[in-house]
Amino acid sequence: MAGRWLLEAQLTGSGRPVLHPGEVECYTLSSVDIICEEKPNFPPFRSGVLILTTHRILWIDGTNKSGAAAIPLGAVNHIYSPSKSIKTMFGKSKVRLQVSATADGRIDERGSTAIVIALVLRGKSDLDSFYSRLRDAWSSRSWEASSSNPGRSDSRENSSGFFEGSSGVRMAGVSGILRKEQEMWESTDKSLQEAFQDLNALMSKAKEMVMLAEKMRLKLLSGSTSFGNATNDEEAGSNQEMQDWLLSVGIVSPVTKESAGALYHQQLSRQLADFVRIPLERAGGMIALIDVYCLFNRARGTELISPEDLLQACAIWEKFDVPVMLRKFDSGVMVIQNKSHSDEEVLAKIKSIVLKSEALKNGISPSDAAIALGIAPLMAKEHLLTAESKGLLCRDISPEGFRFYINLFKDIDPNNIYL
Amino acid sequence: MQRLGDFKLPHFFNYPPYFTLQPIRETREKQVQLWKELILDYCRTQKIFVIGLEEEFPLFSNPVIERSLSHEAKEAFLSALVSEGRAEWMDRGHKRCLILWLRIQDWADCILRFAKDNGLEDTVMTVEEIRSGIESRGTELHGMDRTVLMRALKLLEQKGKVAIFKGASTDDEGVKFSL
Repeated sequence: MAGRWLLEAQLTGSGRPVLHPGEVECYTLSSVDIICEEKPNFPPFRSGVLILTTHRILWIDGTNKSGAAAIPLGAVNHIYSPSKSIKTMFGKSKVRLQVSATADGRIDERGSTAIVIALVLRGKSDLDSFYSRLRDAWSSRSWEASSSNPGRSDSRENSSGFFEGSSGVRMAGVSGILRKEQEMWESTDKSLQEAFQDLNALMSKAKEMVMLAEKMRLKLLSGSTSFGNATNDEEAGSNQEMQDWLLSVGIVSPVTKESAGALYHQQLSRQLADFVRIPLERAGGMIALIDVYCLFNRARGTELISPEDLLQACAIWEKFDVPVMLRKFDSGVMVIQNKSHSDEEVLAKIKSIVLKSEALKNGISPSDAAIALGIAPLMAKEHLLTAESKGLLCRDISPEGFRFYINLFKDIDPNNIYL
Repeated sequence: MQRLGDFKLPHFFNYPPYFTLQPIRETREKQVQLWKELILDYCRTQKIFVIGLEEEFPLFSNPVIERSLSHEAKEAFLSALVSEGRAEWMDRGHKRCLILWLRIQDWADCILRFAKDNGLEDTVMTVEEIRSGIESRGTELHGMDRTVLMRALKLLEQKGKVAIFKGASTDDEGVKFSL
C-alpha cells in the first residue's frame, strides 16, 4: 500500500514499529487518516495508528499487520498551523504538512517538487498537544545528528598515535592520553548535569545515557580481565552485578501513558510481547509473571508500569496475533509462555525422569525436576502438579518434604493385591 | 513378602504415596479402594472389631519406608467403609470405629448356622457361652465382640429366631433358639 507514495516502515512480529538507532517515540494517536487533497489518485490511508517519533511520522494499518508507512521528518518542509474555525471545533481536526516529493509523487527528502498532505485526526485527540510535539520533533532535527555523529567519533578513536583534542591541540604520548581522558570525563560530567536538570532534556539524552552505560560496561569488562587473577571473589561478584544491571538498560524508547494516551495498553502490550521473547528463551519457554514484571520495569528504567498495567497488557494479547500467552495454573501462579509450548512434551520429559531407578525408589522433588528440566523450581513444581492432575504422578508428603512418584495406583489390580 | 505379625502385607504397602491422601479424584478412588480391602482383610484375620483413631494401629504405619497415615487420611478411609455399611462410627467425634468385616446380617446367619450345627433348637445358651464356649471354638463366633454379637442376636430376635432374656446371674443374658 505504501510503496508508491510513502516509504515503507518495518514492523516487529507483534506489530510494533522497528525504530532506527537513536529514534525515540514521542506521541501516538489512533484513527488517523493521511490524505492528499491535490492529488486525486493518492491512495487513502484510512484509520490507522499514527506514531510520531524524533525521526519519522509512522502510520500503521489497524487491520492489516503488514501495512505500515513512514514519512521521514526530513522530508517535511513546512507545517501549517491548524486553523481554528467552527468547522475544526465540531468536525475532524487536520494538520497539514508540505513535504518534498519526486516528480511522480513519491515522498522523498531529496524530491524536486512539493505536495501538501493532511493528517486527519478522527479519534479523540488533543490537536494542540500533537501539533506542538510535531513542531518540537521536526525542529530538533534528531535524525541528522545520529546519522553524522558515529562516523566522526570513530575516526577519532581509531587513529594510532596522535589524538585530536576538541580544542584542536595535538596531543601525543601519555599526557595526551591523560588529557583526552580528562576531557571525556568533563564532558560526561557536564552531560550528566544537563540531563538531570531538565527532564525533557533527559529524554533526548536517553540515547547518550545508554551509550554511556555501554561504555562503562565495556570498561568494567576490560578492567577485570587486565588485572589477571588478582581479583578476589567478592570484587568479581559485584563486577558481575554491575554488568548485569547495565545490560538490563536496554529500551531507549519506553511507551508512556503520555505519548500514547488511550492507546497506552495496546502499545504497551505489543512492546511487552517483543521484550519478553528473549527472557522466555533463556527460561526455557515459561517464565513467572512476577519475574517479567521485574525484568520489564528494570529495562524501562523510568516510567515504570504497575502490576495492573502488566496484567491488562497481557490480557490484550488475546486480541492480537502474538506468539506469547498468559496462563494461570490451578495453584494461582501466573506465567507467560510461548504459544508453541507443548504440555505433552514436558509431560513426556517428566515421565522419563520419574522412571529412572533412583526416582522409582525415592521419587523426585520439585528441585530435582527443576535441575533435570533446566527451568526454575517454581515452574517445575507447576509442571509436576499438572502431571499429577493428569494421573501420571502421585504425591508423597512426609517430614522429608514434598515428592512425586510415578502413579502405580492405576496398575494395581484390586482383586489380586497379594501376589 | 512383608508381614505384620502373621498377616501378609501387599507389595504396594511399601509404596510411599500409598500413605499420602491423594488429591486427584481418580487416583484417590483407587487408593481408598485398596485401603478399604486392606483394613477389612486385616481386621478379619486378626479378629479386630474396633479401631481407635488416636491409638497406634499397626496397619496405619510402615516403619520400613518411614511413613504413616495422617489423622485426615485415617478418617477418610474409615468413612469410606462406613458409607459402604462395612463400619460404623461409635462416637460423634469420629474417634472410634466399629469394623464390620462381617455385616450384622452375616453374623446373624453365622449364629443360626452355629445353632443348627450344634443342635441348639429349643435350648438355652448364655451370650458369653456363644462367644467363648467350647462349641464356638474354631468358628468365627469365637472371641467376637460382644456389642456386635448383641446386635446380631437382636436382629434374630426381630425375626423371631431367638428370644433374649435376663439370666439367673445379673451380668449375663440368655438366648433361646427357636429355629
